[in-house]
Amino acid sequence: MMLQAAPNPLMKVENLVVEYSVGGKTIHAVSDVSLEIARGETLGLVGESGCGKSTLGRAVLQLRQAVSGKVLFDGHDLTTLKGEALRQMRRRVQLIFQDPIASLNPRRRIGDIVAEPLVIAGVKDPDERRRRVAEVLSAVGLDPTLVSGRLPHEFSGGQCQRICIARSLVLNPEFVICDEPVSALDVSIRAQILNLLEEMKARYGLTLLFIAHDLAVVKAVSDRVAVMYLGRLCEVGPSEQLFARPAHPYTALLIEAIPVPDPDVRPTQSVPVGEPPSPIAPPSGCRFRTRCPRADARCASEVPELRLVATGQFAACHHPLI
Amino acid sequence: MTSALLSVENAVVDLPTPRGNLRAVDHVDLAVGAGRTLGIVGESGCGKTMLSRAVLQLLPKKAKLSGRVMFDGQDLTKLSAEKLRKLRGRSLAVVFQDPMTSLNPVLTIGTQLIETIQEHLELDLAQARQRSIELLAAVGIPAPEQRLAQYPHQLSGGMRQRVAIAVALSCEPQLLIADEPTTALDVTIQAQILDLLAREQQRRHMAMIIITHDLGVVAGRTDEVAVMYAGRVVERAPTPALFKQMRMPYTEALLAALPKLDVAPHTPLPAISGRPPDPTRPLKGCSFSPRCRYSAERCASEKPQLCSAETPEHLYACFHPIAARVGA
Repeated sequence: MMLQAAPNPLMKVENLVVEYSVGGKTIHAVSDVSLEIARGETLGLVGESGCGKSTLGRAVLQLRQAVSGKVLFDGHDLTTLKGEALRQMRRRVQLIFQDPIASLNPRRRIGDIVAEPLVIAGVKDPDERRRRVAEVLSAVGLDPTLVSGRLPHEFSGGQCQRICIARSLVLNPEFVICDEPVSALDVSIRAQILNLLEEMKARYGLTLLFIAHDLAVVKAVSDRVAVMYLGRLCEVGPSEQLFARPAHPYTALLIEAIPVPDPDVRPTQSVPVGEPPSPIAPPSGCRFRTRCPRADARCASEVPELRLVATGQFAACHHPLI
Repeated sequence: MTSALLSVENAVVDLPTPRGNLRAVDHVDLAVGAGRTLGIVGESGCGKTMLSRAVLQLLPKKAKLSGRVMFDGQDLTKLSAEKLRKLRGRSLAVVFQDPMTSLNPVLTIGTQLIETIQEHLELDLAQARQRSIELLAAVGIPAPEQRLAQYPHQLSGGMRQRVAIAVALSCEPQLLIADEPTTALDVTIQAQILDLLAREQQRRHMAMIIITHDLGVVAGRTDEVAVMYAGRVVERAPTPALFKQMRMPYTEALLAALPKLDVAPHTPLPAISGRPPDPTRPLKGCSFSPRCRYSAERCASEKPQLCSAETPEHLYACFHPIAARVGA
């Protein structure tokens, strides 16, 4: 099964499987996921908590070892790289986390926090480091002379996320994984950070994997969106098209469940869809079938493959909506 | 509003901090009647949770509350601890954001439900147990009898929130306060929990206060909305009127800043610049003025009071309200 995004994708995930062992039981966190991200593209990855989206992000960075599958970054399989070779490659791939305050060392000064990746990368000249830190801090909208000497607790959540973004960009990476970068922020701050990410993407020519549970947030920044459920991909497609005409019943359910800030749009009485089953014992066949109104016997016996349902849009469903 | 079940009158909550006094709630008036739902919307630190704690008389020890909290004809600020304890759980119930912290992890679901019921209602063990099963079934928990023997950690987040709601509803409260009841939950579970709350509120003719940061949550599910900013109510209106015509620039900006599904990808969001003021350093004028695009000289020097627009129910605190749309 091929998901051709571009002839030469920057990031290509092939049949990735990640499992954890917890108390003698196996958690099927990511099961046979394949994805491609073209250079300069933002791929949004949505799903509810526990669906494996963060694990997928970490496995791409080799922070979590895959059981099988490949992670091809610019043609190099990261899963086979070790030691210095992996370290070299990691400079080109960065990660931004959900909780900006927790991801900054509270006892270090902002200037040192942002310079750390440069130190690790072997940039020895302190003036060169200072120059690059100042440049990237200005880029994220902070005044380097005012913030460099201060500690993280002196900053709000939104400012801390700006600092985290600066740190992730200081090595001029090509690919950045944003794992729920705005879900800990208030609405008025969230918009600022989303706009900043878009600006940074243009300025530094980035390719982004944007992981979030909020569909509207994902749509705001993504060219294409992948929907994940219990470790498997349900649907992948161009954002606008996927939200306008979802093919997978789970995508449709997610879209329907979003509360709309308009009192004339009466909330649809939620269908009795229950809750996601445990990833320790995922349902046979299609993993969404236990909550799906369209499920039949075939869904229980046969795993649906991702297949083309519309231009650029793929769904893993035996009974797609389109 | 004399018929209101709950009315908060001129409430002020002050918290002493090492950096000086923090006015968490600043002269707030609110009311909610039986069978009605009030939404309180605001961002973190705006005072919405402190306000709900003032209603419940569950403020931190150091906090100072002035003003009145009238509930069913009595001023809660004047009640003894014992009387309050009887009232809370019985007539005044609350559902918090994180069900894991509101449920006791070392007691079974059954113990927690039966204990609450027997504390407030004169039922024997068998009756209380029967009632617990009915309640769990009413909040949509499958196999309720088996659940009684389970502990909170054995349930999912959504199921735990259902249990917390069952505990809150167990004594047929007159007022239910739901403080960010779905913020910790996934979107498909959120819709189910909000539906459940709305259904039970209707069925029991309760008054309900939903506290949230999400304008989407209040839009379809409340009768009236109060928007808070920096400790004050800055706009208050019946829900349809508010969404039809927002008068306070903050409310409008908050709605505009939300990413929306019907907007094309990569459209820059109309963000609100800056951030809320430091609550220990209150501004002389309108707290929103440093971030407001309509702000003028007067906004920095004088605090706008809540006043009414075309209709007496629609209140806003702004010198330069957004003009009524022609033909709206």
